[in-house]
Amino acid sequence: MKVDLTVNGSQHAVDVADNALLSDVLRETLGLTGTHVGCDTSQCGACTVHLNGSSVKACTVLAGQADGGDITTIEGIANGDDLHPMQVAFRANHALQCGFCTPGMIMSAIDLVQSADEPLGADEVREGLEGNFCRCTGYHNIVKAVLDAQANM
Amino acid sequence: MDAETGIGASVLRKEDARFITGKGQYTDDISVFGQTHCVFVRSPHARAKINSINTDPAMAVDGVIRVFTGDELVEDGIGDLPCGWVVNSKDGSPMVSPPHPPIATTVVNYVGEPYAFVVAETLQAARDGAEAVEADFDILEAVVDTATASSSTQIHENAPNNQAYDWELGDKEATDAAFENADHVTELDITNNRLIPNAIEPRAALGSYDAASSTYTLYTTSQNPHVERVVLALFVNVAPEANLRVISPDVGGGFGSKIFVYAEETAVIWASAKVGRPIKWRADRSESFLADAHGRDHVTKAQLALSSDGEMLGLRVKTIANMGAYLSTFSSSVPTYLYGTLMAGQYKTPAIYVETQAVFTNTSPVDAYRGAGRPEATYVVERIVETAARELNMDPVELRRKNFIPPDAFPYQTPVALEYDTGNYAASMSKALELADSDGYAARKAASEANGKLRGIGYSCYIEACGIAPSQLVISLGAGVGLFESAEVRVDVSGSVSVMTGSHSHGQGHETTFAQLVSDRLGIPFDSVNVIHGDTGRSDYGLGTYGSRSIAVGGSAIDKALDKIIAKGKKIAAHMFETTEDKVNFAEGQFSYEGSNEPKPFAEIAGAAYIPAVYPLDELEPGLSEKAFYDPKNFTYPAGSYVCEVEIDPSTGVTEIQKFVAVDDFGNVINPMIVEGQVHGGLAQGIGQALLEHGIYDADGNLSTGSYMDYTMPRAADLPDFEVDMTSTPCTHNPLGVKGCGEAGAIGSPAAVMNAITDALGVKDVPMPATPHTVWETIQQGA
Amino acid sequence: MYSFNFRRASNIEDAQQIHQSSSDAVYVAGGMTLIPSLKLRLANPDDVVDLSQIEGLSAISSNDGVVSVGAMARHCEVAATSDIPALASLASRIGDAQVRNRGTIGGSLANNDPSADYPAAVLGLGATIHTNARAIAGDDFFVDLFETALEDGEIITRVDFPIPKRAAYAKFANQASKYAVVGVMVAETDAGVRVGVTGAAACAFRLTSFEEALSANMSASALDGIDVDSSDFNSDLHASAAYRGSLVTVMAKQAVEQLAA
Repeated sequence: MKVDLTVNGSQHAVDVADNALLSDVLRETLGLTGTHVGCDTSQCGACTVHLNGSSVKACTVLAGQADGGDITTIEGIANGDDLHPMQVAFRANHALQCGFCTPGMIMSAIDLVQSADEPLGADEVREGLEGNFCRCTGYHNIVKAVLDAQANM
Repeated sequence: MDAETGIGASVLRKEDARFITGKGQYTDDISVFGQTHCVFVRSPHARAKINSINTDPAMAVDGVIRVFTGDELVEDGIGDLPCGWVVNSKDGSPMVSPPHPPIATTVVNYVGEPYAFVVAETLQAARDGAEAVEADFDILEAVVDTATASSSTQIHENAPNNQAYDWELGDKEATDAAFENADHVTELDITNNRLIPNAIEPRAALGSYDAASSTYTLYTTSQNPHVERVVLALFVNVAPEANLRVISPDVGGGFGSKIFVYAEETAVIWASAKVGRPIKWRADRSESFLADAHGRDHVTKAQLALSSDGEMLGLRVKTIANMGAYLSTFSSSVPTYLYGTLMAGQYKTPAIYVETQAVFTNTSPVDAYRGAGRPEATYVVERIVETAARELNMDPVELRRKNFIPPDAFPYQTPVALEYDTGNYAASMSKALELADSDGYAARKAASEANGKLRGIGYSCYIEACGIAPSQLVISLGAGVGLFESAEVRVDVSGSVSVMTGSHSHGQGHETTFAQLVSDRLGIPFDSVNVIHGDTGRSDYGLGTYGSRSIAVGGSAIDKALDKIIAKGKKIAAHMFETTEDKVNFAEGQFSYEGSNEPKPFAEIAGAAYIPAVYPLDELEPGLSEKAFYDPKNFTYPAGSYVCEVEIDPSTGVTEIQKFVAVDDFGNVINPMIVEGQVHGGLAQGIGQALLEHGIYDADGNLSTGSYMDYTMPRAADLPDFEVDMTSTPCTHNPLGVKGCGEAGAIGSPAAVMNAITDALGVKDVPMPATPHTVWETIQQGA
Repeated sequence: MYSFNFRRASNIEDAQQIHQSSSDAVYVAGGMTLIPSLKLRLANPDDVVDLSQIEGLSAISSNDGVVSVGAMARHCEVAATSDIPALASLASRIGDAQVRNRGTIGGSLANNDPSADYPAAVLGLGATIHTNARAIAGDDFFVDLFETALEDGEIITRVDFPIPKRAAYAKFANQASKYAVVGVMVAETDAGVRVGVTGAAACAFRLTSFEEALSANMSASALDGIDVDSSDFNSDLHASAAYRGSLVTVMAKQAVEQLAA
């Protein structure tokens, strides 16, 4: 099956199996291994990317459903050496430990902040990240990081 | 020292640069030319005899290369997966360790146990092949329940009563006497719920074999690649140790579950030579639930003897520990030497007697999970202490204060084998109470009640034993490995430094913390230190990361190697100063000599070491590279005081943590930011155990909570903001004065939460996890 | 996943034709339930028919006291509508953000998971479900566990929700899955008080005893002493039938209190 995707600003025409997932295409076909897969029931959120501007779990989107879509992954949010404010905030607030959930967490957090009409409070950040599991940080510093990044986005 | 990057500074982490940009290299991110894919065929039955396995239909699937069964591994001389610690029963007999072939041959003993595996060109083909394997089983009666396992059908031929061992520790007679003289005895029957570790990165392995050099390379998600290598070589007989390289690249969390040597990486590395191509396996989460070692699962009866004024006189603990179907790598040590030895807690209880019966069931093997034995011990001690205070109508804080080992009593020999080197438990307690605003509690409770809510407060004062040691003692107690750590410090010609450590980092931030230590001691820039770990091809040896040992043991090994570097540097400097080494000082990166007003910076000595112009090479070898092995003299003993305040909605049973305060004493701290982060993570897992997480099997041995749909992982909104602080009594027996911080949060928090919940509900016990349903039912039973 | 053919439908007729010509076809809307089932090999269709390219199925509009939600409207889009705040609020609590960005109302209703949220809204608000063939009253739509009034191959096109005078949804979420253990929609509509309950039983239902009590007195206390028969309720790891029974009352009261607020 032919699928056209724009990924991090580059256009790709890929030939994939009909049952390929978007996460398979990103990781295996395009070599973008920053999008991680942590579960098989669409809950952990480690595979979160932006599809047409919204956060989605790439392990729960068929490649065919993403045809013609514009996708941003963790590899595509920095502007050259200039990191995205969310990336900066995650490091500055020690919001990651093993780093495995981090790409998905950052992609969700960016969408959360961008979708908010008004500045988010801590409780809203906690609720807003319910689609992403972290086993290392207890989320404490992730919440701090998102609030911190919000001021710079 | 540089105040911004030295010891004690919250330096931002080096490793983050790759993780926040998606450039981390986890095992599944690595692919090699010619790679094949592997899927394991797993038992759908909890206990069954394997009559036959037909692999022909799988071989007929397009893309399938080979299908292996357990018999082929046995025929090739592959051994059982060993348990590395022999625990003896009361009667002196060694534990029973049933045969545990990596791939089952004649029987399967838990749902998920692999009995075949398929290697194929694609993952899809491997999955199709795995589904096509046909097996004929005789289904046998399964044993599931911990409490009744020893009176159930016998699972293993060599394990009567399904017992692995029946262990004891402490003075039974003295404890009996203490109970005879007691004014009051508090009794508590409690369970410690089974947990499933759930590092967010599933386990994975990529094995390849190079026929030309007869060497194997295994990338895998291991917390201790050298241990993985020695077990695969020495016990499982995959290959001579020298021909086997194990690499743990970036690893996405471990929490104990990635210490062990499992069937999957064994099969993958072995089969890579048979297939002649690299083989990759990555667990689906559903597999992780079944095939990763689980944690906890104790049923305990405890009794505490007290005087009428609250003096703790004696403690009796009798525990049944569920080991699952087989003895996993270090499982036997968990409910014994890492559990019974902690029963003194922070108290001067003079007589303690602990019994642990380890039983087999038809469930996934149980082994170390964050805290490993110590959370279970703390749960027993801190729940029964709080219960005793309620029964005696004493303030639980006062009862604890009355029984704390006082600061002037150290070193303190407990009645359960350990000698605590230092601590100040009352200091942590005072600080915790202050942060918890305990004075304002009554008003908060009244406010909750006015709102129709129930409020409770609970305390927990834990003791931990980290950096299990010394090797000779531990080996005499049955351990099959040493418990030292190794380090190598390689100074480059230009003065930059590479550090090879045997401690593996899978989230702990070693690349930063260890670099701080080296930069601080050598007085060189933080950025010129590069920490390398996780590759048996690059460092000599290592025992790895578990039991909060990395800084206390691994860090001390680095410190010892740095001593050697500085000593050699002084010798070189002495020649440059034309004096003797005893007259050379080294401080803040400068070698100096009172006879010279031109000190030599570290980099200059490094250069001189490799451009040996000034010193006699028959006395001093060129180069500046040193190795050290550090074997601790004792455990380290972190301790802390936790306070938890909950509010419960009686109409739904929902418990909300309103306040959680953790004050820990980790001795000296290298990077406070990282240490606090470790505490946060531990608290989340401990609170998860108390409120959310539970590995449940049905009567037939099926894992009912086998996915995130049913096993509740703590999410951000399930947890409060934590209030974390520290006190410090530096460790007296390691050079850094450090204790270790990785597990503390998970050890201390469950008891604090459950003490708060039982306080709110006015009941003696609520089983963990205190889910809304469980709390609601508890309230209904009382109503 | 098993192998299957991914088929893009360009319009409703095309989708139906693909469905009819296939020996085993399944439609995919957002895929939030279907794709995990496929991944776990719990489903093995020959053809997966993608409805996302069909035009005109995702509009949300409001006319003459009715909010009309296209079947392919995503949960996040329903959550952003303002004409029925209770419906928006319900949608904003389905799953998690990523799920809401993909999942659709039509997909959810066609699946009829006993713990899904939307069925409570359909019953509580008295919605009508429109398909390519007919209009089905919400009260007739939910038949049994994962079973609806839809014929094989029939496609939901939109759901019409009459705008209530006031309504509120209270949900007690499963801590692991975020599905509703119990969810209750209470609405005061032109046709009287309606109470839709999801999560408790094999499929969503109206609770007439509550409707009668609240018709007489729209206050939480009106529900005191009304026995909720939980004998046929779901009982699982997370909640016994009795607990669900209790939660039905507690959630209904919460919804009523939100109405008053």
